[in-house]
Amino acid sequence: MTQSGTAAPAATAPPMRLPSTLRVGLSRARLETLLFFRERTAVVFTFAFPIILLVIFGSIFDGVFEGTGISFSQVYAAGLIGAGVMSASFQNLGVSIAVERDEGTLKRLAGTPMPPVAYFIGKIGSVIVVAVLEVAILLVISLTLFGLRLPSDPVDWFTFVWVFLLGVTGSSLLGIAMSSVPRSSKSAAAIVTLPFVVLQFASGVYIPATQLPDWLIGFASVFPLKWMCQGFRSVFLGDEMAILELTGSYELARVALVLSAWVVGGLLLCLMTFTWKNRRDG
Amino acid sequence: MTAIKVRGLTKSYGEVRAVRGIDLDIQPGEVFAVLGPNGAGKSTTVEILEGHRRRDGGEVSVLGVDPGQATREWRSRIGIVTQNADDKPEATVRELVTHFAGYYPAPMDPDEVMDRVGLREKERSRVRALSGGQRRRLDVALGIVGRPQLLFLDEPTTGFDPAARRAFWELISGLSDGGTTILLTTHYLDEAEALADRVAVVARGQVVAQGDPHSLGGRTGGQATVSWRENGERRSVRTGIPSRTVIELAERFDGEVPELTVTRPTLEDVYLSLIEETP
Repeated sequence: MTQSGTAAPAATAPPMRLPSTLRVGLSRARLETLLFFRERTAVVFTFAFPIILLVIFGSIFDGVFEGTGISFSQVYAAGLIGAGVMSASFQNLGVSIAVERDEGTLKRLAGTPMPPVAYFIGKIGSVIVVAVLEVAILLVISLTLFGLRLPSDPVDWFTFVWVFLLGVTGSSLLGIAMSSVPRSSKSAAAIVTLPFVVLQFASGVYIPATQLPDWLIGFASVFPLKWMCQGFRSVFLGDEMAILELTGSYELARVALVLSAWVVGGLLLCLMTFTWKNRRDG
Repeated sequence: MTAIKVRGLTKSYGEVRAVRGIDLDIQPGEVFAVLGPNGAGKSTTVEILEGHRRRDGGEVSVLGVDPGQATREWRSRIGIVTQNADDKPEATVRELVTHFAGYYPAPMDPDEVMDRVGLREKERSRVRALSGGQRRRLDVALGIVGRPQLLFLDEPTTGFDPAARRAFWELISGLSDGGTTILLTTHYLDEAEALADRVAVVARGQVVAQGDPHSLGGRTGGQATVSWRENGERRSVRTGIPSRTVIELAERFDGEVPELTVTRPTLEDVYLSLIEETP
């Protein structure tokens, strides 16, 4: 009916190509990383927390395990690298996605031509940057202050890489699933952080598993953190310290199995629970 | 081709029938306002058109596509202005506009978008430092950066002061002059009157009136009220022929009629009577 001068050419012109999912995903990763480091609360609670705890625990408990050359602080360092990875992934995503859902960011994105996969590429990409930096800082502090030694065997480095990658992925997916639990952005930090702190104690980050009750270990064994820490201890503490482990071994095969299971299970959990809408949207 | 065509749209939430058979036809280039009280089914209808919500029944075509089958290509042709640019407080205006431009096949130049919404001077400001009106302008910027053929505006000026609202209306009129079809929901009747070519009043899940805002509900025809002062008291009559009444009064008073007024129902009067009528 109406002649509309501007719309007509657009309708007849050949369709323009949409930007690729990878390109949009990388652009999101860049923005997410930039904004993470500008957000003071996130930087303090997610990024700085494991680093502060390492300095405090490492300085307070400076004894040595009898009959070995390994100090308490070295054991904390190895465990806190695991906790740091989980903080950068699980806690980071659990809180930030809950806030984005509550404040309508997700709904806004769902109304644009952004491919949904690009959102997750952005999140995972930014988590990897944050986690690598986190681990690097924890390592530098551990090496300079607490006498942690870098492994010389390439096999140990290989273990380090796969534990890191499987751990980051599994914990990220668990964090994405966790983001559906808080009812509002205000409660998100508390609801995600509390179980994470409990999990750190149960997983032997601060207290060796040999001193924990069985039921607590059973609980922790379900989640990725215990296995990540075990993997990192195998890399940094050497075979002789395997006596600190419950079974007297680092059980690397089992570590790989549980972490891989979390990658698959976490993905399924996300597919079942993830929503772009918040509770008010119905 | 119509920009939006809706026939017999229905949607229920459990026992509540939120939308009970809505029909709409919106032409390309038109500014169309949907008015209605909270809970009338206005938001549900718009969310179905935006592809954010599934419908129970009826036919819906938005730019020739069923929004229930939304594709990226279709999403790149529509723009949705939501009310939450404050969700990324640490981003700058330029960063957000440039980032969102990257979602679209043929976006506007970010500089042009910021000029258009009047935020060029604020391009380096963090979102948290913007005023409420500026944030809403940023919402519009993010909605139009992909050069949409159709723009959804959901209660865009809620909470604005009068000057900010006038400035915002000018922005929207400018977009419409560029040929963009606009679907606006609002609580403000003056806003609908200032911006819309046509309005639909939605109440109890149905369209109870539709048309040009100046003649909605028989505003231009129908009854007018003629009032004047006589023997110290105010008198008025409702009449379909007000001119005749005024002439008769002028003859009776032999000249000037004291305190003469002729009024027709305001859009607000019409609206209130429409939404109050029993179903």
